[in-house]
Amino acid sequence: MIKISGLSWLKVLLYILLTFYAIVTLIPFLWALSASFKPLTEIVSGEPNFLPKNFTLDNYRQIFLQEPLFWRWLFNSVAIAVSVTLLNLLLNSMAGYALARLRFVGKRFWFFLILAVLAVPTQITLIPTFLILKAIGWLNSYQGMIVPSMVNATFIFMMRQFFVNFPKELEEAAQLDGLNTFGIFRHIVLPLAKPALAAQAVFVFMGSWNNFLLPIVILFDPEMFTLPLGLNTFKGQYISYWNYIMAASMVFTLPALGIYAFFNRYFIQSVTFTGGKG
Amino acid sequence: MFEINRRRNNPRWNIREDLAGYMFIMPTILVLGTFVVLPILYAVFLSLQKVQLLGGIEYEFIGFRNFTQLAEDERVWIALRNTAQYVAIVVPTQTVLALILAVTLNSGIRGKNWWRILYFLPTVTSSTVLTLIFMWIYNTDGLLNDFLTFMGLPTYNWLGDPAVALKGIMIMNIWSTAPFFMVIYLAALQDIPQTLYEAAELDGANEWQQFIHITLPLLKPVTFFVVAVGVIGTFQLFDQSYIFSGGTGGPNNATLTVVLLIYQSVFRNLQMGYAAAIAFLLAAVIIAITLIQRRLFGGERI
Repeated sequence: MIKISGLSWLKVLLYILLTFYAIVTLIPFLWALSASFKPLTEIVSGEPNFLPKNFTLDNYRQIFLQEPLFWRWLFNSVAIAVSVTLLNLLLNSMAGYALARLRFVGKRFWFFLILAVLAVPTQITLIPTFLILKAIGWLNSYQGMIVPSMVNATFIFMMRQFFVNFPKELEEAAQLDGLNTFGIFRHIVLPLAKPALAAQAVFVFMGSWNNFLLPIVILFDPEMFTLPLGLNTFKGQYISYWNYIMAASMVFTLPALGIYAFFNRYFIQSVTFTGGKG
Repeated sequence: MFEINRRRNNPRWNIREDLAGYMFIMPTILVLGTFVVLPILYAVFLSLQKVQLLGGIEYEFIGFRNFTQLAEDERVWIALRNTAQYVAIVVPTQTVLALILAVTLNSGIRGKNWWRILYFLPTVTSSTVLTLIFMWIYNTDGLLNDFLTFMGLPTYNWLGDPAVALKGIMIMNIWSTAPFFMVIYLAALQDIPQTLYEAAELDGANEWQQFIHITLPLLKPVTFFVVAVGVIGTFQLFDQSYIFSGGTGGPNNATLTVVLLIYQSVFRNLQMGYAAAIAFLLAAVIIAITLIQRRLFGGERI
């Protein structure tokens, strides 16, 4: 590790390196953002100006007002990502809590099964899942997108580890006060698990919001598309209208950025948690 | 002791606790059972069948013929070679880049959190959006070629030339994934006790020696994690190839990956059984590499 005090040439070099990489990180986004406010004529003129000469909101007007399905895709994405996130938070913590705290017949078996599930590559389950959803008539539906994704073995395991290290006294006190298992879980355990839940919310929401493979396999009606699929067909339809494509991309990126900014603190904490500490 | 006795003596208490446990875990059992365990068994079954998808589904047992067909299929080899090449370049590059960024950020500079949030931006953004942005930047008259011309370097037809199409995806993915691993390295760097560096300094070790003899060895378990997750992630490359090539894997199969081939087998050629066989091949490759890697890293546990 490099540890520098005072302003030395090495430190100046580090700042230059960091600034350079910040530029590398930002340029594609700034370029896309600026294009979303440019008329197409300015974009194809090939001038590399980051500040639009003829600033316009027409691109956003076009996608929101003229593109009939854009609102629908936005709605689908939000509905699916929010449902998947809420269900994951509830079901993963319930399962994690049961595995950490409750005693029931077959607990060890279920715990090892969940651990085993963690190691299964998604490609293996993708095609059979498609056929199972087809058999129960859930292709091209919200429930087909939500139900298979509403629990996650990784986060069940994470919640179990969290609850195992959780002080038992509060739960015991609540039990003496006459709360049953559900009451304890609802009023004592869940509120105290907020940091773990927040981190999970970011991961699950992002995963669902950005998912491309599962929707492209099970959704085929443009009305049912989520934003990633919509955007992909959008690209085909407006093949060289980069102004519209970039405006739509910016709209799609905003919610993920918002969630990330809002939960950033927890997010980093949780990475510390999964970062391989002994 | 007390609780154990109570459980033994009172079967009703016992059943109540079993019941509560199962009510908590039942949704998980049902979902994982239906959409993970059942699909695995189904995949084994499928890989040994020829599946007809006309109206209803019809199966015909063909033994291992799907697997022998794999070996003869030229596109399987192309997809494997593309994917392997992709993994071999992307994983080491993004790991080293992530480490450099993390060490730089951790060297006592100001505004560490701001840099970190800024750098993380590409990781948060969806692959669809990133791919669209990069496709546009890679245009023959796009920003990247403008820049290369400005620097006096040769320009490329990034999207249309089979020789560079996959490299375009590599550049983009190194750029968007490195920050994620940077954050993991940062967390690990903060766990290294300062006293180790102080002791080394007293012994006369310079910063480079400290990095080689303290930081790197202590980061070994994290590096194992970063490389393992990197290998699994890169072997599953799909979104970017699909969007770049409009689903074809072109130009001239240059961006064809194994997962894209699985997708095409199911939805273009309707060969469910064959696709299941390819999926097993991919899983076997990933598992084998992870095991070899674990060997190399001395069986470190994460």
